[in-house]
Amino acid sequence: MTSAAPASALPAGPITQVAGRALVLRGDDIDTDRIIPARFLKCVTFDGLGQQVFADDRIELQGAHPFDRPEHQGARLLLVNRNFGCGSSREHAPQALMRWGIRAVIGESFAEIFYGNCLALGIPCLTASHELMLAIQAAAAAEPAAEFVLEVATASLRCNQPAASWELELPPGPRQMLSTGQWDGTGQLVANGTALAATAARLPYLTNFAG
Amino acid sequence: MSAGTLYDKVWDLHRVAELPSGSTQLFIGLHLIHEVTTPQAFAGLRDLGLTVLHPERTVATVDHIVPTTSQARPFADPLAEAMLETLERNCADYGITLHGLGSGRQGIVHVIAPELGLTQPGMTVACGDSHTSTHGAFGAIAFGIGTSQVRDVLASQSLAMGKLKVRRIWVDGQLQRGVYAKDLVLHVIRSLGVKAGVGYAYEFAGPAIAALSMEERMTLCNMAIEGGARCGYVNPDATTFAYLEGRPYAPAGAAWERAVAWWQSLASGADAVFDDQVDFDATTIAPTITWGITPGQGIGVNEAVPSLEQTEPDERPIAEEAYRYMDLAPGTPIAGLAVDVCFIGSCTNGRLSDLQAAAAVAKGRQVAAGITAFVVPGSEQVAAAAEAEGLDEVFRQAGFQWREPGCSMCLAMNPDRLEGRQISASSSNRNFKGRQGSATGRTLLMSPAMVAAAAVSGHVADVRLLLNE
Ligand code: SF4
Repeated sequence: MTSAAPASALPAGPITQVAGRALVLRGDDIDTDRIIPARFLKCVTFDGLGQQVFADDRIELQGAHPFDRPEHQGARLLLVNRNFGCGSSREHAPQALMRWGIRAVIGESFAEIFYGNCLALGIPCLTASHELMLAIQAAAAAEPAAEFVLEVATASLRCNQPAASWELELPPGPRQMLSTGQWDGTGQLVANGTALAATAARLPYLTNFAG
Repeated sequence: MSAGTLYDKVWDLHRVAELPSGSTQLFIGLHLIHEVTTPQAFAGLRDLGLTVLHPERTVATVDHIVPTTSQARPFADPLAEAMLETLERNCADYGITLHGLGSGRQGIVHVIAPELGLTQPGMTVACGDSHTSTHGAFGAIAFGIGTSQVRDVLASQSLAMGKLKVRRIWVDGQLQRGVYAKDLVLHVIRSLGVKAGVGYAYEFAGPAIAALSMEERMTLCNMAIEGGARCGYVNPDATTFAYLEGRPYAPAGAAWERAVAWWQSLASGADAVFDDQVDFDATTIAPTITWGITPGQGIGVNEAVPSLEQTEPDERPIAEEAYRYMDLAPGTPIAGLAVDVCFIGSCTNGRLSDLQAAAAVAKGRQVAAGITAFVVPGSEQVAAAAEAEGLDEVFRQAGFQWREPGCSMCLAMNPDRLEGRQISASSSNRNFKGRQGSATGRTLLMSPAMVAAAAVSGHVADVRLLLNE
């Protein structure tokens, strides 16, 4: 098992660029039960989850799992396929990936709750077509030592060996939230107190239909 | 773009502000919390120096980790005990009502909120659990959220959300005897796939839906998420109102009349516009079972495991993975497949009518040799109602264990789990690899009546044949 990234390196402030090696994890419909099996949800902090990411798959593959391979230690980008992160809403899944060291995920599509959870942690999830994704995965698999750079503002990805670049997709909302550092939006929600009260006032059920 | 649907109306009513990010700040009418996805959310709240804005709109229970054999405190598992204590302390600190063990109201969060009358039409409901879609059965917009979002709702009673598209799932005809809401939803997911709902809310409508009881509608909406749809709903109608009337948190007296009028005004109008519509015919649906490792890998009880040629090209890799994991060859008939464990329970099928349907099959029969079969009521209220009817005795006499309420072997965070390669017939909602507590354990999803049929037969069996005996 590998060590998690140091806590000081967790995402903070504007996320404009993610740079590092890329790890390929092939397959559709990889669910959050596989990313972090339920027994590891018995915790009151997220601290230890990095060690446990994909625990059962890794036991099954006895060291051959991408997250165990020596060349992938320290990788920062995760390359996946369709419907990644489906299933349970557990934020423990992106937390486990993040605490292992992943700082961005690129795939064909993501389950919505997983996508939102990642965004709230400052982990960009970008999408690419099936063909494009296969090409990116092939490049990363052929040269595990290659360095990749993801630019959030332009949703583009480049790689240094062999030199290549790809245009990805990232909707304007998340793009702006990440690049301005407003991905952790609790403060913004709380600040709208007046508008919150106005909305509450037009919902009859809040007063149990007292009339 | 959808217009005039219940989803559109509820969305507009709860809209607080447009955020700079382009998402919408949406007011959350009911926030349900439990022990697993909240400790870190409360910790985050404290870190930010914030408090709970609407403790009276926040309701807690314990379900995921509670043992179902002895619920005496402290629990044998110190981690489970620590999680429960953390929730108790957080609820006490912030003035949140906790329906705890032995209160008479404890149970799976998606079972107790409806039965207490907390879930009502027109609400927005959020909970740190993906099966929050269950509450859509009442014509609420209800969806699962992550822990950071739990913190957001605690702090602001609102969430940053993007609006979904609306797909109407129209179901004509009527379900046949021995075919239940579980079969209907497994059939829908099998037909549309597990990803089709991403980006959509599912409105379930049509004659077959109108005929469903509230508990059946909950089963249906519960599994919308397994089809990729973050929320699913049924428009409120007379069935909805009859269920709610008289429940502890439901409006009463003159307020009741006002509530019903408001609820009726929220239903999708005859002129509602949907982004998409898919039609089904309930009459043709058979008892449906999953054979693989996603809820979309379902087949009728009289069908065989599909071959690769019968599988859509982009579904073939996961089909191959499923053949290996499940140790099932294409062409194997699903009926007759031997099972080891039979589990009746969960937020999908742990309500009174589910137990009644299973008991009707178990009555006068015996669990087959070598099979462990157990029933976990969805809540303390369900358990009490079932015991009042003598269902616990029916199950015990048939050789089932009768347990205390909780999530149990739906996700196996408590001691209830599969061992090794065991194969379960389960009334829960997920057949993912390792879901039921063994990394190599196997799950067949089906209706509670079908689980009972498997228990007494020793293998997957068509419940319709047993009902006709
Ligand atoms: S019964 Fe299963 S799906 Fe439902 S809330 Fe509990 S763990 Fe989640």
